[in-house]
Amino acid sequence: MADNKPVLEIEDLSVAYVTGSGLVHAVNDVNLKVYPNEIVGLIGESGSGKSTMAYTIMRLLKGDAVVTKGRVKILGQDVYQLSKKELRQFRWSKMAMVFQSAMSALNPVMTVETQILDALLSHRKDMTKEQARARARELMELVRIDPKHLKSYPHELSGGMRQRVVIAIAIALNPALVIMDEPTTALDVVVQRSILDEIRKIQQEVGFAILFVSHDFSLVAELASRVAIMYAGRIIEVTPSDLLHLQEKHHPYTEGLLKAIPELTAEDVTIQGIGGYPPDLQDLPSGCAFHPRCPYATDICRRVRPEKLAVGDKLIECHLFSEKELVSHV
Amino acid sequence: MRYFLNRLGFLILSLWAAVTLNFILPRLMPGNPAQAMIAKQAGNINPSALKAIEQELGLSNGPLYQQYFQYLGNLLTGHWGSSFQYFPTSVVSIISNSLPWTIILLGVVTIIAVVVGTLVGILIAWRRGGTADNVIPIVTMFGQAIPSFWLGLICIYFFGFIHHWFPMAHGSGDDVTQGYNLPFITSAIYHSILPAFVVFVGSISGWIIGMRNNMMTTLGEDYVVFAEAKGVPTRRLIFSYAARNALLPQLTSIAIALSSIIGGQILIEQVFSYPGIGYGLTNAVSSEDYPLIQGMFLIIAVTALVINFIVDMLYGRLDPRVRRRGATS
Repeated sequence: MADNKPVLEIEDLSVAYVTGSGLVHAVNDVNLKVYPNEIVGLIGESGSGKSTMAYTIMRLLKGDAVVTKGRVKILGQDVYQLSKKELRQFRWSKMAMVFQSAMSALNPVMTVETQILDALLSHRKDMTKEQARARARELMELVRIDPKHLKSYPHELSGGMRQRVVIAIAIALNPALVIMDEPTTALDVVVQRSILDEIRKIQQEVGFAILFVSHDFSLVAELASRVAIMYAGRIIEVTPSDLLHLQEKHHPYTEGLLKAIPELTAEDVTIQGIGGYPPDLQDLPSGCAFHPRCPYATDICRRVRPEKLAVGDKLIECHLFSEKELVSHV
Repeated sequence: MRYFLNRLGFLILSLWAAVTLNFILPRLMPGNPAQAMIAKQAGNINPSALKAIEQELGLSNGPLYQQYFQYLGNLLTGHWGSSFQYFPTSVVSIISNSLPWTIILLGVVTIIAVVVGTLVGILIAWRRGGTADNVIPIVTMFGQAIPSFWLGLICIYFFGFIHHWFPMAHGSGDDVTQGYNLPFITSAIYHSILPAFVVFVGSISGWIIGMRNNMMTTLGEDYVVFAEAKGVPTRRLIFSYAARNALLPQLTSIAIALSSIIGGQILIEQVFSYPGIGYGLTNAVSSEDYPLIQGMFLIIAVTALVINFIVDMLYGRLDPRVRRRGATS
């Protein structure tokens, strides 16, 4: 995988919202790479900056959000160097996004077919309407919806079907990367499961990379091959998902998340939460942003922000590993 | 189709209700139109003349149901009685003389105001925070805040009395004969410019601001962002994705505005002595011309219902969700 050229490269990315009281950083110095045909999970609690990151990659930030630092490259192309016109062509043909809200991502007054055709015909000037229609049918079959629903309006479809349509639109132009921003949050668990299976199947069939944004830890751990964990706008750990268990050493926040997962098969279920509250982005704690909630916090955590370190196959941003692990790795 | 029949059924039912109310209300008043008319003549009419007038006006002392069916029959055959004020001119001919003035003047102005206002609203919402967005709503709101009769008087004084650019009153000049001839049409257009301007100034702001606010909401919707992301050309994004949805709540206001056309802009028509329905209605009321009032109310009610029906149909065309809900309810 490592010798492949990455589909997505995020370098030192910082994004801030302009507010009355100055800049509030929602994303801070983030580095992340996604390789072809790889599913990477991006996990974080509400307000950790994961959705902002998704919108930043798509260059869909609105109004008062600005990229203050860093680059986003898709297939080596810096997304923020494109002109508006180039961006319109580039977006969706190279990268696409499935939105959080299955219910509201489709235009209520247009048939499903028109909305799929819009994506196709806006990019493929050489495509005839007939070819586009054929492709739309193909896409519907790919996401397992009867093509007769092409003539349906969104309100005539169930939530799960709507999300499948959105996925069909996302993969219409065979993008190299599809960002999925909590694609199953609005759906019930049974539908969630079938959509996830679908996503995995289509991903294997068609072949594209997925950046899967979610707050559902166990769901992402199952789907993705690598998981990036965000806290207060920083990626504090990137880890292969098969190492996501308590036998491995993790960032204390990851450890807290792992302890919070109930095991259905366990005799007596003990769930441990993480104490404290998510940090206020306007007033981040000094040093490591997690230190007020961290059971292992020491003096240095309050003063110095930890560097990112390789711990085995993992990348962890924590002082706990700085001395001993560094020595063993260098 | 089921939606259509459903709406059509509702139209017929409400038409019947309007017509019936129009029958009942005057009969709840003491006396009858013939007596009112005789009272006007200071009682100098003998009983046989009263009888004759009652017949002329289509009145009878028969049982109510008989009167009712007679009334319905007369309604359908166009016998709406005669005006007191312009006796014995029939109500139908008075109404059909004044209706076109109102419909053409207010209809054209309203349609222009709706189209221009909606387009401006769409564009300033798209360029939100721009100069146009900051200036236009405030300027037009100022226009709406001015009482239209006052603006009308100012216009008459300034453009009519002082500068003689535009006529001060009436629907056309005295020197032209009404009909489909060029001098009359030019004269009518010339006479309509001032009242049209006043009505336009008074109503444009509502359309701009209403549409702008709806657009703001719609532009924030996920399907607009999603469409932008999938690369839909800007023009299509604005009109087919955003404005198409933002227009739906506006339709109701459009229906109300169109139905109130027939009621006329009473004040405007009064100020400009414009020979439309509104002017006629004020005259009819002040001279207690019951048959004419009744006829005008009927026309106003019927038009309002028919326009609502048309807008309902339009709604069904524009919003697939309404079509289905209507059909299943």
